[in-house]
Amino acid sequence: MAKQYEFPSKGLPYLLVLPQMVIVFLFFFWPSAQAIWQSFFLQDPFGGRTIFVGFENYTKLFKDPDDWASFSVSVAFAVSVTLSAMVIACFLAVQANKRIRFQSFYKTMMIWPYAVATLVAGVLWLFMFNPNVGVIAWFLKARLGIEWNHLLNFNHAFILITASAAWKQISYNFVFFLAGLQSVPDQLVEAAAIDGASPTKRFWKIIFPMLSPTTFYLLIMNLVYGFFETFPVVHQVTAGGPGKSTHILVYKAWRDGVINLDLGGSSAQSVVLMILVIALTVFQFRFIERKVTY
Amino acid sequence: MKKFAILALALALIASSAFAQTTIEFWHAMAGKNDEMVRSIADKFNASQKDYKVVPVFKGSYSECMNAGIAAFRANAAPAIIQVYEVGTATMMAAKGAVKPVYQLMAENSEKFDPKAYIPTITGYYSTSKGEMLSMPFNSSTAVMYYSKEAFKKAGLDPEKAPATWPEFFEAAKKIKAAGYEGGFTTDWISWIQLENFSAWHNVPFGTRNNGFDGLDTQLVFNSPLVIRHLQNIYDQSKNKVFIYGGREGKAQPLFQTGQVGMCFASIGSYGNMKATCKFDFGVAMLPYYPDVPNAPQNSIIGGASLWVFQGKSKAEYKAVAEFFSFLSTPEIQSYWHTNTGYLPITTAAYEYTKAQGFYKTNPGPEVAIQQLLKKAPTGNSMGIRFGNFNIIREIEDQVWEDILAGKISVKDGVNKMVQDGNKTLRDFERLNK
Repeated sequence: MAKQYEFPSKGLPYLLVLPQMVIVFLFFFWPSAQAIWQSFFLQDPFGGRTIFVGFENYTKLFKDPDDWASFSVSVAFAVSVTLSAMVIACFLAVQANKRIRFQSFYKTMMIWPYAVATLVAGVLWLFMFNPNVGVIAWFLKARLGIEWNHLLNFNHAFILITASAAWKQISYNFVFFLAGLQSVPDQLVEAAAIDGASPTKRFWKIIFPMLSPTTFYLLIMNLVYGFFETFPVVHQVTAGGPGKSTHILVYKAWRDGVINLDLGGSSAQSVVLMILVIALTVFQFRFIERKVTY
Repeated sequence: MKKFAILALALALIASSAFAQTTIEFWHAMAGKNDEMVRSIADKFNASQKDYKVVPVFKGSYSECMNAGIAAFRANAAPAIIQVYEVGTATMMAAKGAVKPVYQLMAENSEKFDPKAYIPTITGYYSTSKGEMLSMPFNSSTAVMYYSKEAFKKAGLDPEKAPATWPEFFEAAKKIKAAGYEGGFTTDWISWIQLENFSAWHNVPFGTRNNGFDGLDTQLVFNSPLVIRHLQNIYDQSKNKVFIYGGREGKAQPLFQTGQVGMCFASIGSYGNMKATCKFDFGVAMLPYYPDVPNAPQNSIIGGASLWVFQGKSKAEYKAVAEFFSFLSTPEIQSYWHTNTGYLPITTAAYEYTKAQGFYKTNPGPEVAIQQLLKKAPTGNSMGIRFGNFNIIREIEDQVWEDILAGKISVKDGVNKMVQDGNKTLRDFERLNK
């Protein structure tokens, strides 16, 4: 055990964390407090009139079937993005970890998509799947007879946003899985191989459990990404459509507040969203982390 | 001491030269080529005199620009002029403490200002029911029909004669599809073109109280048999792929530009874009109408944006705004804007001026749009639309229309749902602004 370093004076450590605290306060606590405050009012956008309405913005939220639909589609979306991005990334990382030719080239190419901004990723996918001019949409129609139309078909729209959101995240997951795999001691795997364990068995019994801290970390990061950072994808690809079917929570809160200027309703949604994130994180650290072997 | 005296003198000089010129900011949402045009007009104004300087600032999309303006106003840092899209009109009008009405501004600065010089359908959209102009029309457009002459030839139709009525139109669309096109037609802006303009063009009310011009207690009433019949017709054509859905807002026009459909409803503001992208000869025609509707066709209504002036500026700044608005309204500048962007001129003088220049001989499209706006003197049904939360109402219409096309709801129930949900948002707005 390394000795703990102690600061000579009491003030210095506080001074050192101060910039961080100021940033957290300014960019997290202050806006959150504002959102909570605003969620109890109806307000005209120019700030001329403000009517206190108590919990009305919240009761409206819970009574509105649209909000429930938005909630369930968000959950479905975040889970699909997380699962597909993690499973594919894990598979690719395992392949890349083998002794193969052009390994570093392959790795570089895998990491590349992460450099693409989420919004741009959305545009790229949208372009390929555009029912009118997209290459893949054309291929699906001409070769497979599938009439691709994410403008009117919910399943198509859902697949498209999931794919665009997951595609980018695969790179991120890939890096972590690869790092995790490289820290798995070779002798363990070799010993198992000598004992006659099949590659599948070696993976599930040795490699996967040893990867669990990475997997756990990525699970949280991906869910958070799926819930909260996929706004640009939805904004760009479906704009919530067809109908309102891909109105995920963050998109809806943004739309109601920024475009439709309903500050109270949008704030109430943000507050609910905030509680959701807190609950999610607490849950994950409390219950899932216990099963993780470090 | 001498040094200080020189310093003071220098400061005084700087100050006086700075005070001599009043600078005002003009926030707008015009991107690309239109952005260049806005800057070019500001440059022309700045070069035309020495007292005022207009600085245009691009603020992103329409909604981003409006939000930036609102946030700036709340932080006491509002620009003098802001461009607001037509759906934000009622919100701006309701913000009485925040905006300075243009008619007042012009009167206070004794600028020559005659609302009658403007095209009535354009100014009407931004005026009170008493005819007081609250904002300055800037970029105005209206909905027209684009058709491919090539497609008409292939389908055995007369390429110089576009269908004038809806029954003729649907027949033509079917023939175009039969001639080997992917579909017959598509439309941008389902709400603006097929509901709002459709109602005005047939002189039927879209909402009560003169489409909201007379009060916040307006109700949507477009769930009439006529509108239901029209949307049903389009829906029926979607079943056999004569109508192809291309997306919300302006997202459908690529279908026309790539030659997948032969006809397309879009804004005249897209004229330049169409000219640049269509590899075939196309024509612009007026919107079709149902011949059994009395008084149809009436006149179409506008879309686009206008310029609003914020409260709380100095006298000199208001003088600068007034001068700039007068400059903007001159036929030369209007014509310059019109011929370069495709947006409509806002005064009849500018229209005549452009005509005299011979512009329409080579570009007949924009003239069709002007004639459509001037078809008849506007009525309470065709002056424009003025709803609070209008943005939300359009969004509801877009969403329900997609549900109709996906077969989730019948046309009749869908239109009724648009009206019901829309009325709810109208009541929310009324409650906040009464």
